[in-house]
Amino acid sequence: MRNLLVGYMGKGSIVAGCLAPHPPHLVYAENPPQNEPVSEGGWEQLRWGYESLRASLEKVDYDVLVILSPHWQTYVGTHFIGLEHCASKSVDPVFPNLFRFDYDMNVDVELSRAIHDEAQSAGMAVKMMENPDFRVDYGTIVSLHMTRPAWDKPVVVISSNRGMSYYSSEVMQEMMAELGRATAKAIEASGKKCVLIASNSLSHRHFTTENDVPEDMSKEHIESHAMHLWDMRIIELMRAGKSQQILDEMPEFCEQAISEADGGAFSWILNAMGVPDHPAILHGYGTIIGTGNAIMEWPCHRWGEQ
Amino acid sequence: MSGEIVMSLVVPPHPHPVLCPEKNPGWQAIRDAYDAAAAQIEESGADLIIIYSTLWPSIIGHQIQAQQHPEWVMVDADFHDLGSIPYRLSIDTKFAHAWNDANHARGLTSRTVDYDGFPVDVGSVVALELLNRGNRIPAVICSTNVYSNRAETTVLAKACLDVVKAQGKKAVAVSVMSLSNRMFTEPIQPEEDRIHSLKDDEWNQKMLELMADGRLEDVGQLSRTIHSQIRIKKVVAFKPMWWLSAMNGNRNDLTGEVLAYEEIHGAGAAVVALSPESCGTGDKEYDEDDVEFYGGDRGVLDNTEPTEDHGVALHEPTTKGNSFNTDLAPKPVGAYPHARREGDLLYLSGVGPRQPGDNSIPGGPIKDADGNPLNYDIKAQTRATIDNVARILEQAGSSLDNVIDVTSFLVDMDRDFAGYNEVWAETLGKVGPTRTTLAIQALPTPIAVELKVIAKA
Ligand SMILES: [Fe+2]
Repeated sequence: MRNLLVGYMGKGSIVAGCLAPHPPHLVYAENPPQNEPVSEGGWEQLRWGYESLRASLEKVDYDVLVILSPHWQTYVGTHFIGLEHCASKSVDPVFPNLFRFDYDMNVDVELSRAIHDEAQSAGMAVKMMENPDFRVDYGTIVSLHMTRPAWDKPVVVISSNRGMSYYSSEVMQEMMAELGRATAKAIEASGKKCVLIASNSLSHRHFTTENDVPEDMSKEHIESHAMHLWDMRIIELMRAGKSQQILDEMPEFCEQAISEADGGAFSWILNAMGVPDHPAILHGYGTIIGTGNAIMEWPCHRWGEQ
Repeated sequence: MSGEIVMSLVVPPHPHPVLCPEKNPGWQAIRDAYDAAAAQIEESGADLIIIYSTLWPSIIGHQIQAQQHPEWVMVDADFHDLGSIPYRLSIDTKFAHAWNDANHARGLTSRTVDYDGFPVDVGSVVALELLNRGNRIPAVICSTNVYSNRAETTVLAKACLDVVKAQGKKAVAVSVMSLSNRMFTEPIQPEEDRIHSLKDDEWNQKMLELMADGRLEDVGQLSRTIHSQIRIKKVVAFKPMWWLSAMNGNRNDLTGEVLAYEEIHGAGAAVVALSPESCGTGDKEYDEDDVEFYGGDRGVLDNTEPTEDHGVALHEPTTKGNSFNTDLAPKPVGAYPHARREGDLLYLSGVGPRQPGDNSIPGGPIKDADGNPLNYDIKAQTRATIDNVARILEQAGSSLDNVIDVTSFLVDMDRDFAGYNEVWAETLGKVGPTRTTLAIQALPTPIAVELKVIAKA
């Protein structure tokens, strides 16, 4: 039913959804001026995938990027950045050798608050983050930079409430279904055209050592065959438009592939788009220190035409 | 020089005792206990504070802060509305680098971090803010590895102690951690705060009872149970007591004092001080694998399939007669058992450094698959070999102390005898078996040392 609202003219709408993973290696390999470390490249298949996603989004008219990242981890409900402007330096605590990035972003606080309010009236615990000293998490920054390196669109930044850690994958899914519906409703009411970003890897088992040259691609591969099988299965389901089946298999996927979908972003985006049965576009797949990463796009803006 | 751990502390990571203790009597009690602990540190004459923070996860081994003065304004991801904590810390960079080197020497993956704007985790900031007013005492901060098991965490502590001793430090060891870590998932008023559930409270009380009795090692051994009972599966499992127990020699007779136990947003928060002085009761009961050297990735997926056969087929050990075999020793490369018992004696098959499970070679193989020589660490190989001997003997109900005769085989006497001899002196040399060392042309796998052992059963 809500599929019909997606792309509906005159109202706000979700014009595209993206699975846009955030390993800092990708920004490191790009050598943008904002990032301090310098690389010789690496992870090209994924970076070409992002290039393809960017080219595709160029053809889409949108106002705001709405992102949920598993690295702003809030245990006390779901939080939203409520500052108009965020600028600081982000250093990845896990890979500080790769990611020391000067970010500068504008936040659509009006839309943030609208989603916040909608989620609150649906019974979720929510909070606006208004501390001016707050540093935005590196996951959010990497996905935003790789999707839109011009940093010229306002963003909405949503935290991960770690429902799976606190309760179970089933509760996480219910919470993210609620948050997804609240997101769609608030966007519709806002009159804005939005691109949604779920910032997470698929399988998420890392190597525990790093090469002297981190971008040495002769060492890069999936951590295990089981992880590969899961990644391919989930990608095929996305390509076939089987969102409901993905949601049904999410508990097994999170557990067996140690998937970063445990943070809720994947379940959130599928629900926000109304659990679409339209196929997603695969822009790229690759591994990063053994983890599986896919760059996908759901071109919601086209669905009304079909 | 002889250094020592002069005291140990368990402290909570939440920002409330720094930012708003006045809002809740329990938070104030934690703050007061922090102050009391700070006074105890002053009295101890400590010249180093070592932090193991459960709130700084790492993936590539362990990370050690090595910036001289990390400086920023810390805002908690959850409790940002309580305010900000500006910090400027003083790090003992010489110690940090030496610890990193000591980790490498014991086979661990480890690195230092020295970057402007590095986000020091909330737990470390809170602990140092309250324990070390004015940064009088230099500190060092270590991460918690997401994938490490008890063996790796124990070796991490042993490497740290190597440096404490070498540099003659009087060090305070601090585990920054919650007890039960289930918080309320909705905002609450300060006066509504309580431990999230009765079960959490009961387990917390049990941990505190053990710590008050100085039984730190028992808490270490209960860590996996505690993790499954009262810990939310956040990014890292419950490991800080493994580290802290190993920092104290895995003892159960420390002198403990619980300075406070309260709730912070539902989680169990305690300040506990432990002195190395023996409380005179109980002896240690440390029956877990006491590892000196880390042998590589232990496989968090419990995948114990060999990842490398080194070009030689692996066999299941044979089982004839009084054969004795164990999964804790490397797979044989032919049809033979790990050991046989004859009368009061145990005869072991020749054993080298290959690891049970993944078949890796600590210290590295001596040549690659094409036969090109590789640089390898004979001391690491010798240590791993003796660890394998010890495990076979222990599994057979004996121990390294019962070894009576050893024949050692080295593939490169000139290169390796000194290193092998050094490790021998630290281990079997103290037991005192007879020994014969031979130079041989090759061993079946690319290893440099193998031991043939006879021991009392
Ligand atoms: Fe991540």
